Amino acid sequence: MHEMAICESIRSIIEDQAHEQSFARVERVCLEIGALSGVEVEALRFGFDVAMKGSAAESAVLEIVAVPGRAWCLPCAAEIAIVQRYDPCPACGSHQLQVTGGEDMKIREMEVS
Amino acid sequence: MCTVCGCGDGEVKIAEGHGHHHHHDHDHDHGHNHGHDHGHGHGRHHGDDAVHFGLGEAGVSVAGISQSRLIGLEADILGKNDAYARANRAGFARNGILALNLVSSPGSGKTTLLCRTLEALSGKLDCAVIEGDQQTSADAERIRATGVQAVQVNTGKGCHLDAHMVGHALDHLDLPANAVLFIENVGNLVCPAAFDLGEAHKVAILSVTEGEDKPLKYPDMFAAADLVLINKTDLLPYLDFDIDLAVANARKVNHKLGVIRLSARTGEGMDTWLDWIRGSRLTARAGR
Repeated sequence: MHEMAICESIRSIIEDQAHEQSFARVERVCLEIGALSGVEVEALRFGFDVAMKGSAAESAVLEIVAVPGRAWCLPCAAEIAIVQRYDPCPACGSHQLQVTGGEDMKIREMEVS
Repeated sequence: MCTVCGCGDGEVKIAEGHGHHHHHDHDHDHGHNHGHDHGHGHGRHHGDDAVHFGLGEAGVSVAGISQSRLIGLEADILGKNDAYARANRAGFARNGILALNLVSSPGSGKTTLLCRTLEALSGKLDCAVIEGDQQTSADAERIRATGVQAVQVNTGKGCHLDAHMVGHALDHLDLPANAVLFIENVGNLVCPAAFDLGEAHKVAILSVTEGEDKPLKYPDMFAAADLVLINKTDLLPYLDFDIDLAVANARKVNHKLGVIRLSARTGEGMDTWLDWIRGSRLTARAGR
């Protein structure tokens, strides 16, 4: 539901960068979206086109790189892969997990002209 | 970041209960990195009872460079919100203020719980409230009826409060040192999880008239919270709600989550919650 807000943030970052780095057009935007970031990628794609209208990134191609969820299992003292926040450790079944990766949302890079 | 969900012409209004009122027509492009003290003006206009946040169409008019090039950014998408949140948090820390971000579904009893809490703390702790709702100032009026200062933030079409809105709302509060600030977020178990407001803790409220599986259905919020209050326990005899299962589900998502069972209506469990607030406040003061 807040994917539009996230798209507005992306637009704001792009506009700041356009001023700082002197470009007029963004050809491609590459995002890294963590599996545990709470973002629905399809909704983000939908919102992106709407939010970029009238900006330097109006017709930019959106690439999304999915970052898998990772967690530290306290009983196993090992890093494991998780898909959902409520997943147990695949080795020991414990929920004593500390998420270590897949929570972030980043703009990795942009191709500009 | 003036964040408006779902619509380009949404607005955010801040309404005060008393005194004179401001009206911001706020269409700057947020190009500043914002360590401000919330004393800045974005074109205030008197004569209205609200502050309006409009979403500006910031034009980019930079001469084109025809060659295509790659810019590596590694920029956090919510980096601006987080910068505002850090500024809010630094302000709270300077003044020993404990800020709590109350999050829940609509109808969990947040406002009633807050009113009972403020009544119980009356004369013992200085409190203030920022009320977030999409529309109406009804909740802020309920809070003010308890004698506590409250500012209403209407997010328009927005589904959550963000740190920038809270920064502006703080301009409208006279917060004494060592006070407790309750920020009642928009009733929504999804979006507020992603937006740090600068609070010390997110406190989730789950009522027993909701499902035990709610922590699994909305895991991000229970992962972001430090404490969950299970409210309306006076209704348990009339419901099939399995409170232990609800707690177990919440701890599948967040094994460190604190849990307090209470009823704002009967007062059962309220002392535990008030003790938790006092304990957290001591931590906030110690960090001053």
